[in-house]
Amino acid sequence: MARWRQRLLSSACSSSSSSAAAPQALLRLASSALSRQSSSRGFAAAPDDTTPFVVDIPVPYAGHRCDPPEQRVETSAKELVDFFKVMYVMRRMEIAADSLYKAKFIRGFCHLYDGQEAVCVGMEAALTKEDAIITAYRDHCTHIGRGGTVLEVMAELMGRKSGCSLGKGGSMHMYNKEGNFYGGNGIVGAQTALGAGLAFAQKYNKQNAVSLALYGDGAANQGQLFEAMNISALWDLPVIFVCENNHYGMGTAEWRSAKSPEYYKRGDYVPGLKIDGMDVLAVKQGVRFAKEHALTKGPIVLEMDTYRYHGHSMSDPGSTYRTREEISGVRQERDPIERVRKLLLAKEIVTVADLKNLEKQAKAEVDEAVNQAKEGGQPETHELFTHVHVKGLKQLAYGPDRKEVIVPLP
Amino acid sequence: MAQKVLVPCSSSSSCGNVQFSPSRVHTQAIAFGGGLSQSSSRKNKSLALKAVAAKGETSAPVTAKSGHEILLFDALREGLEEEMARDPTVCVMGEDVGHYGGSYKVTKGLAEKFGDLRVLDTPICENSFTGMGIGAAMTGLRTVVEGMNMGFLLLAYNQISNNAGMLHYTSGGQFKIPVVIRGPGGVGKQLGAEHSQRLESYFQSVPGLQMVACSTPYNAKGLMKAAIRSDNPVILYEHVLLYNLKERIPDEEYVLCLEEAELVRPGKDITILTYSRMRHFVLQAAKTLVERGYDPEIIDIRSLKPFDLFTIGNSIKKTHKVLIVEECMRTGGIGASLRAAIVDNFWDFLDGRPECLSSQDVPTPYAATLEDATVVQPAQIIVKVEQMLQGLI
Repeated sequence: MARWRQRLLSSACSSSSSSAAAPQALLRLASSALSRQSSSRGFAAAPDDTTPFVVDIPVPYAGHRCDPPEQRVETSAKELVDFFKVMYVMRRMEIAADSLYKAKFIRGFCHLYDGQEAVCVGMEAALTKEDAIITAYRDHCTHIGRGGTVLEVMAELMGRKSGCSLGKGGSMHMYNKEGNFYGGNGIVGAQTALGAGLAFAQKYNKQNAVSLALYGDGAANQGQLFEAMNISALWDLPVIFVCENNHYGMGTAEWRSAKSPEYYKRGDYVPGLKIDGMDVLAVKQGVRFAKEHALTKGPIVLEMDTYRYHGHSMSDPGSTYRTREEISGVRQERDPIERVRKLLLAKEIVTVADLKNLEKQAKAEVDEAVNQAKEGGQPETHELFTHVHVKGLKQLAYGPDRKEVIVPLP
Repeated sequence: MAQKVLVPCSSSSSCGNVQFSPSRVHTQAIAFGGGLSQSSSRKNKSLALKAVAAKGETSAPVTAKSGHEILLFDALREGLEEEMARDPTVCVMGEDVGHYGGSYKVTKGLAEKFGDLRVLDTPICENSFTGMGIGAAMTGLRTVVEGMNMGFLLLAYNQISNNAGMLHYTSGGQFKIPVVIRGPGGVGKQLGAEHSQRLESYFQSVPGLQMVACSTPYNAKGLMKAAIRSDNPVILYEHVLLYNLKERIPDEEYVLCLEEAELVRPGKDITILTYSRMRHFVLQAAKTLVERGYDPEIIDIRSLKPFDLFTIGNSIKKTHKVLIVEECMRTGGIGASLRAAIVDNFWDFLDGRPECLSSQDVPTPYAATLEDATVVQPAQIIVKVEQMLQGLI
């Protein structure tokens, strides 16, 4: 178990746990790779420069029944700055949600994504809006990645009618039709079958697009996931199963719930790839590889080695099953935003002051959205009955105050 | 002469602009002697000579010359085939629906005609292929998911309840789920407990779902077409023992209204509400009842969710007595909900409590005699109606 904990900090991808590389050594490796890059360039790039350059990916991919992609990815100054901006907004949004929950503006279940931002941001960099994404309940940042606004998310969390689901869905039910984001699902694992359905429709309509079905290490033990993998592989559906492995299924660590916690291998006949989920560029490269695979050869499983700083949800302190040292250790060594920050500074794309400005802007954007959302009204009472059916069936129900009045459902 | 009673569909929007025949056509009923009092036992033998459909007469609006004779499973297949030909987004998925032709031949020949992708043979994984059908429906495909037996769909309950039923609501109206979930259910001939389930009682309280039950080839084809065209998730309940029912149905295209009930036989003494296989038991019992001088009004409710309270209410206002004959178990069945709806809405028009004949609250036994005892039998319907009309209960 101690070896497992150390693996979290070093994110060693190789399945043998030989010499869990000490975190310091890993950073030295990463920064030396970076400095090699910047010394070969010898000049700074402007933050909106789209000239591509290549960055090494320090943590090696691990493939199952497939040859992993190259350990280097093309990016640009603008892309890196955009990564930083959007990840920082997501981080601030989740932190704001935390305080709002404690102040009782947000009730019920609230599952926060901070620490995992690199996964959804890196994915978006490799996808288009024609591709479809479906995920589980940790969906606030995925919604932003698919084109949603912070205001929509905040308002939905607070149950206001300006929310993305008109206040009727809540934290676990955020959807974005234009962005091909299919939610937001409360029941663990059910979204994998829906994801196979999205891919089925893409194949049926001969679209050149893929569907990504995201699930966690907890959901990786659901039978319906293996059913979905079977039918996807059987019919060559263009689906990418993405396991966001944050190593804890609520309070149960992966080694206590899975006989084989190598989730990228659990597809058996479905090829798999393990990716360092805290490195946004590694995610981008991995998802790009996976998209090509899904369009030409069939489904593939991606395991994102990631980490969540908060507990499973706001009702979970997150410290009864793991130590605070572990959390702060990962935050120090592998934080996705810090990684991009170091890269930006090393390449002299931005200065420290620039980054501080971006951070201030992000914070302002989130605060503004929170204030606007707070001012939003609650949904009208008649909205209780809207959207139950698509076309009115004139089905009768009690009025909301349950007096004599009988209302037809619209 | 056949009377066409046109009653407005309880929903104005779902019937749309489609060409459809009034579903309220009923058999040639000639009831003389208008003022039949409710409680008297009239033994006037000159009454009601042809009160129920004799062999050869049907509930469908065809004369003996037009239309074509068809078995119920084939009528379903016709409806499905027509919809698949008309709309390329309609596709079927289920176990053995493709190359095998369907375990009850409802999809026979469709795979050859439309291809393996549109008539998809799935492995035995109800949870995931139902989920897949629902996910595909979210993008706009009109999927028809077949459960080989309705009871197997219990494995997909989560998908049907949370994802089919509730997704339109939780997404704030962004996604609609035009999926049709269908399959045979009900008590068969000694199929055993697990293959004799009545899923309509389990799904009836899921918000967002629409449920219909077919009972004749005419309404089977019409409801299948309507269900596929509907933008709501619809569960179409078929019955294992009704697949070989024969009837003459129209040649021209028709689509029925999902929310309408069917007036099978008009009458004045008592309203009998039923659906699926029990409709035929009620009709059988009605032959005897009519000979004994009673005049039951028989309504096949067809729409299990929502109930067609317009038709049902009009009938109750006329007869003041209600008997529900269902195949669900007594606890938590369709009858239980229907009784509550009737009491809520038509209390002032009732002379006595609404009665209900349901199956016993037991797992369906294998032995033939026990199985018959589980389900309502025509003789029991006769006894009950007589008791009600003689004022004994």
